[in-house]
Amino acid sequence: MLSAFLRVMAMIETVVTVKLPVDETLRIKKNRLTPNEIQGNEKRLAVVTGLHGDEVGGQYVCYELIRRIKQDYDSLRGIVDVYPALNPLGLDTAKRESPFTDIDINTCFPGNDNGSIDEYVAAQILEDIKGAEVCIDVHSSSIFLKEQPQVRINDDNVEEMLPFARSMNADLVWIHPSSTVKEGSLAYALNEIGVKTMVIEAGVALQIYYEYCDQLIEGIFALMKKMGIWVGEIRQPKEPVIVDDSNIAFMNCETSGTFIAQAEHGTFVKKGDVIGRVVKVITGAVEEVLTAPCDGVVFSLRAYPVVEEGSLIARIVKSDFQSETAFTTIPEPTKGGADL
Amino acid sequence: MKIEEILTMSTDFREDNQIKSFTFGHGKKAACIVGAMRGNEYQQLYICSQLIRTLTRLEEKGAIVSGKEIMVIPSLNGHSINIGKKYWGMDNSDINRQFPGNPHGEATSRIAARVLEVVSAYDYGIQFPSFYLEGEFIPHIRMMETGKESSSLANLFGMPYVVISEPRAFDGSTLNYNLQMRGTNAFSVYTSTTSSIEENLAGQAVSAVLRFLTRMGIIRYQLHPGYIATVLEESELISVKSTASGVLHKTCAINQEVERGELLAEILHPYDGSVIAEIHSPFDGIVFFANTEPMAFQNSAVFKLIKKLHA
Repeated sequence: MLSAFLRVMAMIETVVTVKLPVDETLRIKKNRLTPNEIQGNEKRLAVVTGLHGDEVGGQYVCYELIRRIKQDYDSLRGIVDVYPALNPLGLDTAKRESPFTDIDINTCFPGNDNGSIDEYVAAQILEDIKGAEVCIDVHSSSIFLKEQPQVRINDDNVEEMLPFARSMNADLVWIHPSSTVKEGSLAYALNEIGVKTMVIEAGVALQIYYEYCDQLIEGIFALMKKMGIWVGEIRQPKEPVIVDDSNIAFMNCETSGTFIAQAEHGTFVKKGDVIGRVVKVITGAVEEVLTAPCDGVVFSLRAYPVVEEGSLIARIVKSDFQSETAFTTIPEPTKGGADL
Repeated sequence: MKIEEILTMSTDFREDNQIKSFTFGHGKKAACIVGAMRGNEYQQLYICSQLIRTLTRLEEKGAIVSGKEIMVIPSLNGHSINIGKKYWGMDNSDINRQFPGNPHGEATSRIAARVLEVVSAYDYGIQFPSFYLEGEFIPHIRMMETGKESSSLANLFGMPYVVISEPRAFDGSTLNYNLQMRGTNAFSVYTSTTSSIEENLAGQAVSAVLRFLTRMGIIRYQLHPGYIATVLEESELISVKSTASGVLHKTCAINQEVERGELLAEILHPYDGSVIAEIHSPFDGIVFFANTEPMAFQNSAVFKLIKKLHA
């Protein structure tokens, strides 16, 4: 009887369907978690992931989020919509983009009911999320870079977003002008229609960094508490470092070859410290030594070792921003994925 | 003709990706033509090759107007053409979504920055892009409505249509948009196909560019005056969708006049070949775009039609 009751509270709904040519229907689903007693004016949180089919950290985040809410339904005071797979064909084929069109779905928003399959799906997703108070779009970087848990928010609405971003238990809040939160992305389109949306980046694509994910799950519950939709126990979120582009040093290599890292991800470096080397394997020669341009913390580090001219090797938060909160609170560099 | 490398990008396991420019004439930077940005843009590459061939001949004859310079950049992405990949080899990024680019950024961003620097020095920038939907178009000139576009200049190409489109979300990162923002008159010439070479249509595109260069006083060349273009807003192109997924069997072609209710395509069951849906024209019109994929998807655009205005 109890399990039947809980099933009613966690309703799996289909957001959009597209019949595929041969015996298959593309279905994008969400799990709607609602309080035991509905008042009709509940706030709604949307947690979405899997726009990029090679990013799988969000699968664990969504699983844990649903599991923990179901464990303590009585504490839920609002609606939580969990969309674990916005690009199910990409997830199924370990492909970042839409497998059929090779287009990054996160460039297709707000979508178009009269366009391509990707635009149609994008429009339906946006329509379904519309009306939520807050949306969290969970990403896992790419195969190229390992990222510390961070929140990226649009530079257009910092004042409104920052209190929510601070709740997320992230190491870093990056007020961000890049395409991750700019036009064409889900986050940008949602912010345009009044849904306060944050992008989460953590780990590396194709792997789950459980420790990072657990950190962010605590943040989601803290956010829910802040929104007033969760009355259960939470952990006090850590105070993140808040930066914009001017506080970050980007390190791109100027040669091609194989990158051998020397610095560890998530650690302090001093100006001039060696971050790594680009080597030419066939000659056994070092092509380039990359040194830190400033004191700070390496919060993004090259994960895929083959590099070409221009490849992003690392991002460093300049040390001016360590004074109060900073990365001194971060534990040892996290091991995850295959190591766990 | 002067051949230069405007940018060389090294990779470890292959030879360099070289971006070459072919320059004709000397003096004021009048027009720059950009070809394939993606690895499947064979038609665009071919058009540039034919343009370079013709301009070489014209230069030998002294038909480039004195004090005018024309540059052609046939390909930005030879590496992807060589491996049959649409986007950039390493990270699948699209060069035509990287503008204005960053000279210190990642590879495609560096390419975008350098190409924009080079092309924006010219008065006119002409690009042969491919459309994001796979399909055939009536050849046309496309311009973005940025407040700086000039449809009267676009008319000088003598193509049948000029389409003015409102910038979409991703258009801010395209070459065309960024050229306009920098004061270069930018035109995108769509020539119907992308991944197959259609010589007649390529010839039409070459003629259109030569016509424009002639009319702008950059070259001396005699050719057919072309069309007086019909100028359309993108919103006048009406999408016609499929209600089912299956094998796409078209019963009309681009540039064909169709009547209201006329059958445009059938969607066939992939196993038994039976007709599971029909696509009919919602009005009297002209087929402007037709999907060329073998399969149609439910709720996706298969055609774009121009509504015919009756007198």
